Amino acid sequence: MSSITPGRGFSLGAGWRRRHQLWGLICAIPTLAFVAVFFLTPLGLVARMSLSSWTLLTGYRALNFPKNFVSVWNSPLLWPAVVFTIEYTVLATVLLIALGLGMALLAQETGRWVGALRTIFLLPVALGLASASLLFWGFYSPSIGPISPMLEAAGVIHQPISFLETPTKALLSTTFLVVWKFAGLYMLILLVGLQSIPHDLYEASALDGASRGQIFRHITLPLLRPSLALALILCVTGSLLAFDQFYILTKGGPDNATVTVVQLIYREAFQRQNLGASAAISVVVLFALLALNALQFRLLRDPERS
Amino acid sequence: MGVTNASMIGRTPYYVLTGGLAVIFLFPILWAAVASVSPQAGTGQTVGIGLGNYATLFNFGAGLPRFLFNSLLVAFLVVAITLVVSALGGYAFARFSFPGRDVLFLLTLAILMVPYATVLIPLYVMLHGIGLQNSLVGVSLVLVVFQLPFATYMMRISFEAVPRELDESAMMDGCGPFSVLWRILLPSVRPGLITVSLFAFLAAWNDFFAPLIMLNDPTQQTLPLAIANLRQQTMGVIDYGATEAGVVVMALPCLILFLFLQRHFVAGFMSGAVKG
Repeated sequence: MSSITPGRGFSLGAGWRRRHQLWGLICAIPTLAFVAVFFLTPLGLVARMSLSSWTLLTGYRALNFPKNFVSVWNSPLLWPAVVFTIEYTVLATVLLIALGLGMALLAQETGRWVGALRTIFLLPVALGLASASLLFWGFYSPSIGPISPMLEAAGVIHQPISFLETPTKALLSTTFLVVWKFAGLYMLILLVGLQSIPHDLYEASALDGASRGQIFRHITLPLLRPSLALALILCVTGSLLAFDQFYILTKGGPDNATVTVVQLIYREAFQRQNLGASAAISVVVLFALLALNALQFRLLRDPERS
Repeated sequence: MGVTNASMIGRTPYYVLTGGLAVIFLFPILWAAVASVSPQAGTGQTVGIGLGNYATLFNFGAGLPRFLFNSLLVAFLVVAITLVVSALGGYAFARFSFPGRDVLFLLTLAILMVPYATVLIPLYVMLHGIGLQNSLVGVSLVLVVFQLPFATYMMRISFEAVPRELDESAMMDGCGPFSVLWRILLPSVRPGLITVSLFAFLAAWNDFFAPLIMLNDPTQQTLPLAIANLRQQTMGVIDYGATEAGVVVMALPCLILFLFLQRHFVAGFMSGAVKG
């Protein structure tokens, strides 16, 4: 795939080849500019900020390594946020992958109803996370939320249910929102994987007398591995970096019980105006995420290929 | 007849299960649409069905037209810049070999690996430094960066799927690289361009975090930020009705585009998911 294959009845001179390279470079300049200015430069800057005393109002003042890291480490908000983010990630990932896989299995056939079903599952994916969070903010509210009136009319409950008042309820309600919003996405990723499994494999194993459960365990799951790996990495990364849903729906409450790590970065920067400390958390999160993704790649790589 | 009946009965649990799931996925969206026009004490719509909440929204803060304009401008800029940068970049990566090509491609993909917040905090400082704070252009440039990994990858594989004979023979006929790109290649990668545009639009229209950090001026806010701020408008009284009206305004373009371009939406995931 590298360059023009020679010897097909015409010849391209060395000069043409040099100009050819030049054109490639010219076309790549916008990409290069964006990567350099809006990606590499900020990465360098965030590293420098994490090593410096740097506030929102004064800007850079002096190098102070390791003060930012020490103060973040000792912050009473850090560990609750880390623990909460991990709890949320485990809960959201388990539910999203399980439900996404179930929905993919339900929606893998062809037909009019299945087509409509896939479209319905994908509708929330097209919404923005902030829009969906605002939608559920009303949906869960005691004043216009529809669930309590429906259950009261059915005689199931006699007092409105609260959805966000305790830390556990806030976590579960937010997880429901996120599962509703993203389950279709994971269905789609796993559906692509399911459809790449050759049909005769199923037929052959059914002829050999394999049960549905056996076929699922020994054929579907192993061959779905690459898609499952992609879904898992996307889901874990996305959940660890959760922000919008908690910022809008719970505002980190009640009692800071639902503050995520990215919310902590935001609060350090724009409420406490300490950009240095904010950058220090960002840098640690970056390295933690890189390490985690490397680990996931290693664990999930096809054992036969490695 | 008997066979059909038996299979219908055998399929009943399937239809009950999938039908129930469909209701769960549709219900919140339908509820938001209904709630936005339903009467509710303390909102712009107190009696009967009507558009009172939309009237509240229309006049809120700098006004709905202003926020719509801001959001549309950002979405337009992000789609346009992403298309130009990723089409040129995809062409370069797919058709030319030049020094640093593979490094640049990997760096572009690496943007995906870095948390949003890690790059946004320093970008806030940088944009302040060059006078692009509170600027819709500044936010758009930032949003383009996060579209580039997917867009560049998508355009590269789209160009690679076009037979080389097509542009080689055109070059032999004396076409320059740009006219080959413009007249021959771009029409062949139209599906890729549509997929890239759709994802860029949805991301730009819906993004919350970048505008939250970059835009403090109340007249420069995009819709998601403005609607989220609408909630804190009046002390004590929360206008849920206007909020749901805002949700409908934000959701409608996404749902319509998705329904029309569903094939391109799915194609985006096929390309990424297969290669992982």
